[in-house]
Amino acid sequence: MNEATLQASLADDSAWSGVAWALARDLKLALRSKAELGVQLLFYVIVVSLFPLGVGPEPGILRTLGPGVLWVAALLASLLALPRLFAADFADGTLEQIALAPYPLPALIAGKILAHWLATGAPLVALSPLLAMQFGLGGEETTILAVGLLLGTPTLSLLGAIGAALTLGVRTGGALLALLILPLYVPILIFGAGAVEALRAGLASGGELSILAAALLAAVVGAPLACAAAVRIALD
Amino acid sequence: MLVAQDLAAQRGDALLFQGLDFALRPGAALFVSGPNGSGKTTLLRIVAALTHALRGKLTWDGSEIEPFAPAMRAAVLFIGHAPALKEELSAEENLASLVGLHGASAEAPALADALATWSLARQRSLPARVLSQGQRRRIGLARLRLVSRPLWVLDEPLTALDTAGIDTLRATVGEHLGRGGMALIATHHAFEPTAGTSHSLRLQ
Repeated sequence: MNEATLQASLADDSAWSGVAWALARDLKLALRSKAELGVQLLFYVIVVSLFPLGVGPEPGILRTLGPGVLWVAALLASLLALPRLFAADFADGTLEQIALAPYPLPALIAGKILAHWLATGAPLVALSPLLAMQFGLGGEETTILAVGLLLGTPTLSLLGAIGAALTLGVRTGGALLALLILPLYVPILIFGAGAVEALRAGLASGGELSILAAALLAAVVGAPLACAAAVRIALD
Repeated sequence: MLVAQDLAAQRGDALLFQGLDFALRPGAALFVSGPNGSGKTTLLRIVAALTHALRGKLTWDGSEIEPFAPAMRAAVLFIGHAPALKEELSAEENLASLVGLHGASAEAPALADALATWSLARQRSLPARVLSQGQRRRIGLARLRLVSRPLWVLDEPLTALDTAGIDTLRATVGEHLGRGGMALIATHHAFEPTAGTSHSLRLQ
């Protein structure tokens, strides 16, 4: 196959093939290193469970704290898993090959972020209704909380990926990443926890959830492009 | 065809080389040698479109090479120092993954064949973590036969390879040149694939 036909054959579906390649590979790698995923999930469970132990069994206080605690814990757990998104590929030369692949780089990165969310974000969402029981949240509150996390955690992965790409090759990358990314997480936290607050105040939480969905859409479009630019700078 | 005119490169504040001119025609290989730190890897990364030159002009089939240009990504196969292997994946999975990333299809018989060529038939289902340096290097080189690209850019491909491995690489490069391919290879030990096809470039 010569160069021209290679480019032509890649042009039609190259973006989706790129997403599929990165998704398949990163999910396979995640399944091979289950221990790392377990640590992150356990961290989430323990942080959430510390609060009822710390503030005491007063149901009123726990119900008030619940949504915020689950969101903060999800945020920290998501941060814990971020460094592994690009650092391993950067260290072993895979990222170089990814940047030189004929697929569009943002597509490959989007696939990596999707795999990262499926491996680290989705389990947090799935576990959250169970953890919400510790705080005595009602059925409807738990549903809104889980929907909020479902819309919000992918945004956390997408925003976090920008930070992970920007701190590639920096020696104190982990700490810098936290400082860089946590402020960006604030709006997601406010609207995520706010959705449950709105429900309690007798208002519809559709507004907060819509904002979370809008943030997700904006991040889906913008984050892979920003990551691709940051990765290219890191490789130069 | 790859043409460099008055190329200069810098790493940090140090000027690595300047005034570099060379041309690489179909069917030819260029061996780059020189002491450590003379800029061999940087030159290869510039040609592979991973970074840009400080000055000068580098063209591929008449158009200038920009970092990460799609035309270059479709034309170059770059194998650098880093093996780009995943410890958790087996030799065969690593090879399939890399070949897939290059946009080529990797059928199981072709993969098995490529691994056998590089004497890795028995190691195909072993995780990369238990393989030796030379065997890891062989997995990376095994994709040369599976991915069709006109220009090969190989950075120190002989590192950790034994004599048999060097012979296989020589044959593989010779075949590539015979089909009208080009190769830019940084190495301390020149190895002539076929007489009359290789040129050398020494960086100071």
